[in-house]
Amino acid sequence: MTTLNINGADKELEADGSMPLLWALREQLGLTGTKFGCGAALCGACTVHLDGQAIRSCITPVSAIAGKKVTTIEAMENDSVGKAVQAAWVRHDVPQCGYCQSGQVMSATALLRTNTNPTDAEIDAAMGGNICRCGTYQRIRAAIKDAAKSLAAAKGEKHAA
Amino acid sequence: MLPEWMSAKAVAAEGLSRRTFLKAGAAAGGGLVLGFYLPGSGRLALAAEAKPVYVPNAFLKIAPDNTVTVMVNRLEFGQGVQTGLPMLIAEELDADWSLVRSELAPAEDVYKDPVAGMQMTGGSSAIKNSFMQYREIGAKARAMLITAAAQQWNVNPKQCRTENSMVLGPNAKKASYGSLVDAAAKLPIPEKVTLKDPKQFRIIGRPTPRLDAAAKSSGKQQFGMDVQLPGMKVAMVARPPVFGGKPAKWDAAKAKAIKGMVDAFEVPTERGGKGIAIVANGYWAAKQGRDALEVEWNTASLKKVDSAKQLTDYKALAGKPGLLAKEADISKLESAPKKIVAEYEFPYLAHAPMEPLNCTVDLKDGACTVWAGSQFQTVDREAVARVSGLKLEQVTLNTVAAGGGFGRRAVATSDYIVEAIHVAKALKASGKGGPLKVIWSREDDIKGGYYRPSVVHRAEIGVDAKGKVLAWNHTAVGQSLLAGTPFEKWMKDGVDGTLIEGLGEPYEMPLKVNVHHPDENVPVLWWRSVGATHTAYVTETLIDELAHLAGRDPVAYRRELAGSDKRYLAALDAAVKNSGYGKKTLPKGHAWGVAIHKSFNSYVAYVVEASVENGAPKLHKVTAGVHCNRAVNPLSIEAQVEGAVLMAVGTTLPGSAVTLKAGVVEQQNFSDFMVARLPDMPQVSVHIVPSGEAPTGMGEPGFPPLAPAYANALFKLTGKRLRKLPFDLNQA
Repeated sequence: MTTLNINGADKELEADGSMPLLWALREQLGLTGTKFGCGAALCGACTVHLDGQAIRSCITPVSAIAGKKVTTIEAMENDSVGKAVQAAWVRHDVPQCGYCQSGQVMSATALLRTNTNPTDAEIDAAMGGNICRCGTYQRIRAAIKDAAKSLAAAKGEKHAA
Repeated sequence: MLPEWMSAKAVAAEGLSRRTFLKAGAAAGGGLVLGFYLPGSGRLALAAEAKPVYVPNAFLKIAPDNTVTVMVNRLEFGQGVQTGLPMLIAEELDADWSLVRSELAPAEDVYKDPVAGMQMTGGSSAIKNSFMQYREIGAKARAMLITAAAQQWNVNPKQCRTENSMVLGPNAKKASYGSLVDAAAKLPIPEKVTLKDPKQFRIIGRPTPRLDAAAKSSGKQQFGMDVQLPGMKVAMVARPPVFGGKPAKWDAAKAKAIKGMVDAFEVPTERGGKGIAIVANGYWAAKQGRDALEVEWNTASLKKVDSAKQLTDYKALAGKPGLLAKEADISKLESAPKKIVAEYEFPYLAHAPMEPLNCTVDLKDGACTVWAGSQFQTVDREAVARVSGLKLEQVTLNTVAAGGGFGRRAVATSDYIVEAIHVAKALKASGKGGPLKVIWSREDDIKGGYYRPSVVHRAEIGVDAKGKVLAWNHTAVGQSLLAGTPFEKWMKDGVDGTLIEGLGEPYEMPLKVNVHHPDENVPVLWWRSVGATHTAYVTETLIDELAHLAGRDPVAYRRELAGSDKRYLAALDAAVKNSGYGKKTLPKGHAWGVAIHKSFNSYVAYVVEASVENGAPKLHKVTAGVHCNRAVNPLSIEAQVEGAVLMAVGTTLPGSAVTLKAGVVEQQNFSDFMVARLPDMPQVSVHIVPSGEAPTGMGEPGFPPLAPAYANALFKLTGKRLRKLPFDLNQA
């Protein structure tokens, strides 16, 4: 029995330590928002946050995350940055097939947490590991910049108040 | 994703309307359900009953709470059909768009494409073929709602009109659709309705955000991979390394020692091969089990493709006459004052959709339910019945949203679905039956077959002193997509038209075409835009070369050659004008490139801006001119063009090729089969030519002209004609 902290709650699951977090999330906890794309940290579809950092859950064994906090796409609507990213994704009509978008949103959210105003080059660097075969990259770029703006505006309002 | 003939030639639309009838009925919990049904269908009874819980043939449901649910008779896999088709119904229904939802229809005869005669998604055909079908359903429901209101108010229906899901009558009478549905459900469906004058359109033509954008931005969208059933097991299949191979001997003892393993079975695979299915309680156990499986494969009698040798062979074939596909007088070739001889190479390409293939099966005595992101519901459901030994009506195939496909989920042999049924049968026979999901790893996907064929083209063109083409002798070499499939009947005199579709078009010149279709032990398949993935490249780079040879501007040269093709000219003009081509000065080291191609009866022209940075090509900007007749959802068209551009950029990148050695595919994942990433995305702007003609599709036509436009720009920068994909600037 392994205990994992997922989206703020401790979850007990029966998984041997070598099982990648991805499959524990999907098959044992029913959190299917995190996607399987390559199994080798090459496409980013499985991106989740580990203590706030974007990681690839398909190669991260559950044994490596004891005592750390895992956040998945399912918790993004309760996250101020994640929520802003998702809203921007909808405004820019980003998804096509949508399969990679959980990972894209997770990578974009991690980026905006540490960099409130990323340049094109910084977006390239942060998002280059997330493959989209449908070609939504132009909209992803625009949505990230838009989310950065909306977050800055919200922060400004808070300061003003 | 399918050739054009599949959506253009098959069954006439009238054929379906004669055989089918619209049927109205009550929905569970009240409401109006409008569906077609086929007389004699066993499932009809469900729809006719007073309290149906499941209406298998509904196209439209309007609930008492006013929500409008549209059943989509296609697969949604990114192209936006789950928004586009509901727009057509909502337009004629005068529905409040904010109340419109959509669902994917299961495999049923009523959901067959009215033109193609089969339920399928491909050939950029959804909007094109269902434009009238879906509008008519909306219009008929609207007429019934009006009648219901008029009866309640005791007025003439002609005194009523509709607006935003409301019927409005004389003396400010007003009723919501939801309040009328129970009465409307009892009315006969009008046989004929008058569709709107396009001038009245308020939804069709409006840039409309996707209905699924929020679900797809929050992880809530369910894909085939996400289907979870109680007690479901997961299987992976160890497939032969050479297509058609079989295990000589295998030992699953170590595999079975893995915790969570259930069993291992030998199952049939493609091309007469056999593989070992590893069934476990979850993916990780199945994966570990498969890794631990010991197999010795027998591939001795099989043809083993070697890509390097295949290329040599194809080039030799390209120098010989083959099957005549198109005749022309090329007698002036020998004496032509100028000549171009060009040989082109294109590799095998994997579709590599982001969601790896998977299929969930619940096989029981006398019933089988399948969940799949199928592009080919009719074919796949029949295959399930055949392989499971059940009657068609005992098979339910649920269409689940797919994470991309690009043609890979439209397979004549239903390969991944048939295989899953075999695994389910073996599991059931072992007494451990129950629901099962077969999952392909990415490695399975890249290595598992069904590629865009590798192709060699050879062109010999004779030109006069002014640059006019006197004769063009062309030979194309590539495997047939149709041979050996039920679609073989579409071949003519042994020629598979998908190898040469669009070649040399629409330019009028004496073009003679020969083809060779080598039989190779590699499964091949349509891949976004099919033959145009290479024929447009050949045509549009050669046209550029001819313009250069004639000392002409490539846009002016094209315009002259295309002559009277107005849609072509309009698309080209839209791209040229909006790009600033010929007017704007580009940054130093940047160059323009132009190409245009018609596929699936839509035209896309690109003017691109490219450079070479640190020895590598870089695409900066793409301006698209699009002519797809009436643009139903301009936002969706823009997205499809952006996506097609990106996918085409991907085919130019180093490593974007599938190669074989000794019959074995050499690539395995995104580490060695390269696809485009975010930094590869150019800035794309899309300009749609306004038109009121019946719409043509846009899922694929954005792909073909991109790579040639890019290559034409690179010629200006390097002086090299790039004759193969992916690009190699160091080529001789």
